Amino acid sequence: MTGREAADRRRGLVCVAPTVLALGALTVYPGVWVLWLSLQRRIPIFDVSRFAGFENYAFLAVDPRFWSAARTTAVFTLGSVALEVVLGVAAALAIHTQRRGRRLALSLLLLAWAMPAVVAAKLFEWLYHPAAGLINVALGRHAVNWLGDPLVALPAVIFADVWRTMPFVAILCYARLLAIPADVYEAAQVDGAGRLATLTRITLPLLGRILLLATLFRTLDALRAFDIMFVLTGGGPAGTTETLTVYAYRALFQTLQLGFGSAVSVVVFLLVMAVAWGYLRLLRAGAVTA
Amino acid sequence: MRTRLRALADIAVVLALTAYAIPFFWQLLTSFKPEAELLRMPPLLPSRLTLSHYRVVITQSLMPQALGNSLGIATLTTLVSLAAGVPAAYAVARLPLPGKRVLLLAIVASTAFPQIATVSPLYLLMRALELRDTWAGLVLVHASFALPLTIWLLAGFVREIPIEAEEAASVDGAGIISLFRWVIVPLLAPGLASTALLTFLFSWNEFLFAYTFTVSEASRTIPVALALFPGVFEVPWGDIAAASMLASLPPIVIVIALQRFLVRGLVAGAVKE
Repeated sequence: MTGREAADRRRGLVCVAPTVLALGALTVYPGVWVLWLSLQRRIPIFDVSRFAGFENYAFLAVDPRFWSAARTTAVFTLGSVALEVVLGVAAALAIHTQRRGRRLALSLLLLAWAMPAVVAAKLFEWLYHPAAGLINVALGRHAVNWLGDPLVALPAVIFADVWRTMPFVAILCYARLLAIPADVYEAAQVDGAGRLATLTRITLPLLGRILLLATLFRTLDALRAFDIMFVLTGGGPAGTTETLTVYAYRALFQTLQLGFGSAVSVVVFLLVMAVAWGYLRLLRAGAVTA
Repeated sequence: MRTRLRALADIAVVLALTAYAIPFFWQLLTSFKPEAELLRMPPLLPSRLTLSHYRVVITQSLMPQALGNSLGIATLTTLVSLAAGVPAAYAVARLPLPGKRVLLLAIVASTAFPQIATVSPLYLLMRALELRDTWAGLVLVHASFALPLTIWLLAGFVREIPIEAEEAASVDGAGIISLFRWVIVPLLAPGLASTALLTFLFSWNEFLFAYTFTVSEASRTIPVALALFPGVFEVPWGDIAAASMLASLPPIVIVIALQRFLVRGLVAGAVKE
C-alpha cells in the first residue's frame, strides 16, 4: 500500500466515524436491546422484571388481538398501496400531458405529501365529522359515522392515508416520464400506434421499475404507519383500525408491558425486513426492466 | 381549435388537482369561520371571515411554544445530520474503506428501519440519560434516523462532482478540511439543499419519538401539540384548523418556493442505486 492509499483510508475512517458512532449508539444498540427486552417479562408498575425466554412470542401465536392487528396491517397496506399506485400513475400521466401550469399542478399535489401526518389526520377528522363534515354534507346528510362505525373506519383511515401519500408515487412516476425521450413516442406514431397502444405498450412498461421502487417505499411506510390511525381513531372502533404498530405502542406505553410490547415491535421489524428483502430480490432479478 | 382543446385540458388537470387539495382548503376556510357557523351546514361558505381562532391559538394555546420547539429541533437535526452525513457520503463515494460493503448494506437496511422497533429501548436510554423533554434528545434521535437517507442521497450527488475538481485541489496540497470547504460543499450545494429539505420535513413531521420522549407540555413539538390539542367541553374545530395551518406553514413554503429542490431530492432518493 502506498503512502497515498494509507492516507486515503485514514481519511475515510475519520469521515465515517461520526456516522458509525451515531448509528451504533442509536440504531444498532437499541436494535439488539429490543431483542433482549422481548425475551423478558417486564411490567414496571407491578415491579415485575424477569427473564421469560420465548413466552411473549408464544403468547403472540395464540393472541387474537395480535392476529386481528396483523390482518388490519395487511388490509391497510394492500389497500393503501394499491390505490396509491393507480391514482399516482394517473396523476403523473395527467400532469405530463400539461403544456402549461405544471408547477401549479405539482404544488397542489405536493401540498398533501409535505404536511405532517398528524395534520392530515386532523383534516380528515373534520371532513368525517358525522354532522358537519364536508363528506356527509356532500353525500346528502346520510350521516355515516365514518370513524365510529367498525365497517367503514378502516376504509376511512386508508382513504386519508392515500390522500397524503399518493403524491409521492405520482412525483416519482412523473420524473420517469420526463426522462423518456420524445423520439420513442415519435417512432410509435410513425408505426401507427394509437393512444391506448402507446400507453400500454410503451409508457406503462417504461414506468415498471420506478413503480416497483415506489411500491417498495410505500409498502414499507404503510407497514410501519402509526400517526394517521393513532390520531384519527386511536385504533378503534372496536380495534378495527389497530395495526401491529399501534398494538405495539399501546402495549409499551399505555399498558406498560415493556417486554411484551417489544416482542410485538420485533415482529413489525422482521415483517418490514422480510418485505424489503423480497422486493430487492425482485429488483435484482431484473424481473422488471427499464 | 387544437390549441384551445389543449388549454382546456390543462385547466382540467389543474382543476382536478385543486379538487384533490380540498381537504386542505376546507381546513383553511374552517380556520377563518366564525365559531357559531362551524357546525351549521349548509351553507358551505361563512357569512364573514374572522381571525379569532388564530388569536386563540397564538395567545392561549401551546402552539407558539411548539412552533419554536419544532423549528429549533428540525433545524438542528438538519445541521447535525448534514455535518455527519457530508463526510460519510464523501467517504462512501470516493475513498477506499475497509468493510465498505457492510457499511452500505447497513445504511440501506436502516432506511427501512421501523421506528416502533427501537422506541422502547430508546425510551429507556433517554430516561437514563435524562434527555427526555430536551431538544438534544430529539435532535440526536431524529438525526440518527435521518442519517442513512442523508448519506444515500449525498453519496449520489458527490458522484456527480467531476473528479478533476478534487484532483486539482489535492495537487494544490489542500487538506481534507479545505477540500470540503472549497471544493466539495460548494459543488454539492444544490444536492445539499435537496437533502436538507427532506431532513427538515422528516423532523418537522415526526410524531412517534416526539410524542414518546416528551413529558411536559412545554417541550412538545408541533405534531404532538396538535395531536393533543385540548378542548374543554367540546372539540374546538376552528382552533384546531388554525393550529393545523400553522403546523403546515414550513411544508407549504418548501413546496411552493423550493419545489425544484424538493422534487430533485425525492427523485434522487428513489433512483440512485
